[in-house]
Amino acid sequence: MNQTSLLARWSWRLLITAIYLFLLAPILIVFIVSFDTRQYLAFPPESYSLGSYALVFQNATFIGAFWRSLGIGIVVGFGAVAIGTLLSLALTRHRFRGEGAVNFLVIAPFIVPNIVLGVGLVLVLANFGLLDTYPGIILAHLGVTIPYTVRTVSMSLSSVDRRVEEAAMVHGASPLKVFWRITLPLIRPGLIAGWVIAFLISFDETTISLFLVSVKASTLPTEIYRYLEYSTDPQIAALSVILILISLVVVIALERLIGLRKAV
Amino acid sequence: MTDKASHRGLLLWLLLPGLLALGVSFVMPMLWLLRASFSTSAFGGPNGEWTLANYSTVIFDPFYWRVATNTLTYGLSVTFFAVLLSYPIALFLTRTTSRWRGLLTALAIAPLLTSGVVRTYGWMVILGDRGVINGSLQALALTDAPIRLANNFLGATIAMIEILMPYAILAILSGLGRLNAQLEEAAAMLGANRFKVFWRIILPLSLPGVLTAALLVFVLAISGFVTPRLMGGGRVFVLGTEVFSEATVTLNWPLAAALALLLLIIFSSVIILYRRALRALEA
Repeated sequence: MNQTSLLARWSWRLLITAIYLFLLAPILIVFIVSFDTRQYLAFPPESYSLGSYALVFQNATFIGAFWRSLGIGIVVGFGAVAIGTLLSLALTRHRFRGEGAVNFLVIAPFIVPNIVLGVGLVLVLANFGLLDTYPGIILAHLGVTIPYTVRTVSMSLSSVDRRVEEAAMVHGASPLKVFWRITLPLIRPGLIAGWVIAFLISFDETTISLFLVSVKASTLPTEIYRYLEYSTDPQIAALSVILILISLVVVIALERLIGLRKAV
Repeated sequence: MTDKASHRGLLLWLLLPGLLALGVSFVMPMLWLLRASFSTSAFGGPNGEWTLANYSTVIFDPFYWRVATNTLTYGLSVTFFAVLLSYPIALFLTRTTSRWRGLLTALAIAPLLTSGVVRTYGWMVILGDRGVINGSLQALALTDAPIRLANNFLGATIAMIEILMPYAILAILSGLGRLNAQLEEAAAMLGANRFKVFWRIILPLSLPGVLTAALLVFVLAISGFVTPRLMGGGRVFVLGTEVFSEATVTLNWPLAAALALLLLIIFSSVIILYRRALRALEA
């Protein structure tokens, strides 16, 4: 191999490595800083300890917000999958007037930025007295997650062999029984994927939540945002590492359960 | 009950929960937003007065002009660099035969699983006055005073590039996935060098993916506010940060609504432009 192509090959590798480094830099740095013990932000750490992690576990605000986010995410996951499945059944199995409008309604939230929706949601929820309440934030998160669950469940539904359902029907099963015993087990991967996606979106959602919640229903991302406005100490780094590990566990579980390719 | 009527009943039960949920969480907010943008007081409801004052503020106040141009500059520079840096990664991932390929693909997309707030914090640590870069420069005695990398436009742009790159990588990857390797071999056999193969074959055929990446990054960049607000240290004014501060600090909801609708208009125009460009490319 001649010298120029060797040089080209190595500069290409160097370029790729550099871009990867840029891409992963914030996560790597957060990891390193999380072991710093000082109460202000400076790099590199002088000594390493688990002090910041201990502080996070003693921080009632973060702990409370974590459980709230978890609870809201779980409810949103089940709600979005249930509602999304009903909508998908209507859209894939039935012809009806206004079908186009329903289809549009399911796609439209994708093309409206969350910050725009956030302002509108405040105006509506304020009138119902739902600002800073669980029903308010759950409703808001349902709106942004249902379009995703309709997509994943519809994809599963369209791959179901209708003849299996018809066979069960011929043998005397009622439509509800067919759905419960045949269709539902067949679309389970789509349901699980939809649930996980809805949960992750809800758990991570910051923009809309910042408009809607203040104290009573504050979620973890909103608490992190508010904390970062005033302070950047290593506690946030420790919390971030914990969150990264949690999403890693969720993704690995998803991969084991159904395979990531199918889910996304 | 006739068969047709029971079918209608079933359909109603399938549609009702979804229509209710999306009605309250999407349709109503959009309608109220529109109404609020023409109103003097946002919570006054439909009986309130109608006014064009909010729009004239948005259009004639030089401050909001600057906000609008800032937003476009911000969106375009983030898009340019995010696509420029994502392309080599996507190209590398489509052609590498390394056994680490799966892991490398996962690493390129992994940041998506980490909250944007967390990664913004990471960039605050890297670019801050006592951060990684300034700390290293001072330790090496290359500078006395910290270089201003955070709390300004530059910092907000760098962080946003990284935060949106995984989306661009995914979009370009799916564009490159459609590429037929035989085309490259044919070109090489006919005597084209690697550069020429790239310039004449790979690049043109991957343009739809690049275009999709650019659209995604641009619309996400111009509608973001967490990153410009935290990285900008209150010194970066883009539409996202202004919508948020009119809504939560000034409590001027009608103006926030008008600004949000301006953002939506830019958003939709870009999507329409994208669809035209895509059609032109694929024709």
